Amino acid sequence: MSSTLSENQTPETGTARVKRGMAEQLKGGVIMDVVTPEQAKIAEDAGAVAVMALERVPADIRKDGGVARMSDPDMIEGIIGAVSIPVMAKSRIGHFVEAQVLQSLGVDYIDESEVLTPADEVNHSDKFAFTTPFVCGATNLGEALRRIAEGAAMIRSKGEAGTGNVVEAVRHLRQIKNEIARLRGYDNNELYAAAKELRAPYELVREVAELGKLPVVLFSAGGVATPADAALMRQLGAEGVFVGSGIFKSGDPAKRAAAIVKATTFYDDPKIIAEASRNLGEAMVGINCDTLPETERYANRGW
Amino acid sequence: MSDTPVIGVLALQGDVREHLVALATADAVARPVRRPEELAEVDGLVLPGGESTTISKLAVLFGMMEPLRARVRDGLPVYGTCAGMILLADKILDPRSGQETVGGIDMIVRRNAFGRQNESFEAAVGIKGVEGDPVEGVFIRAPWVESVGATAEVLAEHEGHIVAVRQGNALATSFHPELTGDHRVHRLFADMVRANRAAESL
Repeated sequence: MSSTLSENQTPETGTARVKRGMAEQLKGGVIMDVVTPEQAKIAEDAGAVAVMALERVPADIRKDGGVARMSDPDMIEGIIGAVSIPVMAKSRIGHFVEAQVLQSLGVDYIDESEVLTPADEVNHSDKFAFTTPFVCGATNLGEALRRIAEGAAMIRSKGEAGTGNVVEAVRHLRQIKNEIARLRGYDNNELYAAAKELRAPYELVREVAELGKLPVVLFSAGGVATPADAALMRQLGAEGVFVGSGIFKSGDPAKRAAAIVKATTFYDDPKIIAEASRNLGEAMVGINCDTLPETERYANRGW
Repeated sequence: MSDTPVIGVLALQGDVREHLVALATADAVARPVRRPEELAEVDGLVLPGGESTTISKLAVLFGMMEPLRARVRDGLPVYGTCAGMILLADKILDPRSGQETVGGIDMIVRRNAFGRQNESFEAAVGIKGVEGDPVEGVFIRAPWVESVGATAEVLAEHEGHIVAVRQGNALATSFHPELTGDHRVHRLFADMVRANRAAESL
């Protein structure tokens, strides 16, 4: 990817720099789950930096049960046609044919997501095989680096989608940041054992130890429901946030969406966050994660 | 007056960090700018890559649009990459309803002209005023310039489309030098800022 180009070479698509660079353009922003073109427009008007097109938000996937799959292409195309910001869509873990379909539809990013029912309980999709970049969830550094080794160009901490409860998002982001900080303190001898413990390629482990951060953009997801939640994730080190059910399951989606955008930009200014938090109407009700049975924890999906 | 210029990066959204790093290597003091009072303190400003509709909306929403226009009108050196190029255009060919620009360069831009993410690409680009090898152009959902006015100078083209323009103290590229390790374009901009400071102190 980093080979120097001469002027007569043909343009190259799908390079790591183009895929990872795309995520760099989203930084500081809010990516919102939407299920209709109308919601996509509300999200765009509120200042969303991208939308995630899906059939049901995670809160409804939880409620309805059953197998959750890739969305209807008609619905995804409707959303692509409705907005000018980038459109992302979800494939099931390991379901590389759903990913092929999403690429053919022209989505800008594919989320290989634990929110959908996994199609493969051993393997994730080979993300190098695609021109479209992938974002993947992670609960810890080893998981993040395994996804990057498979070609993910962006990572989001998983949290627990569809709960409106930020506790798991905080746990996973802190876990990733703490493990990176620990690597920084290791000498070269220790990095080999660290790679073994993390179950991740040594080269990536060394790169993280040198950079002090992931080699790709890190967002937070799963449970963000208020402006203060979004600002919390930013202050903890997320470079942006995904908001799923939190917006369109609330009383006044347009207002809440704009407020979460504002708090994400001014995440370190409590006065602005306070202003953004006023009179937003009802937040989504939310679920306490400690009462969620293990089988209903999406974050456990992914290997 | 110290010799090191202070260059801000508009930090409403986008690849702010990469610009801060690139500017620091071009011997400037780089700092993020989100508020009018922060804008007042810089000698030059970068409008980063990001989502142009989002940055434009946030600039209006957060009271930055008018201060930005005023400073650019007064000759503040500015450099926009990708979304930043769109913000510096006097006219957008196909704007989203209500999408405003800062303006500053007499040009018409077409958003996402090179396509969506699947069509995003890397290609070598020779830029007038940048010595040596062509730069590695990283084009991400990139715009191109449809046409420029008499006072704007075309600095680079890719496959017949204008991808870099300068007009006075304003510089714009469709691509993202900040995503490469090659900071010659940032150096060119830092030199524009230094020259402007020297001229103003006379």
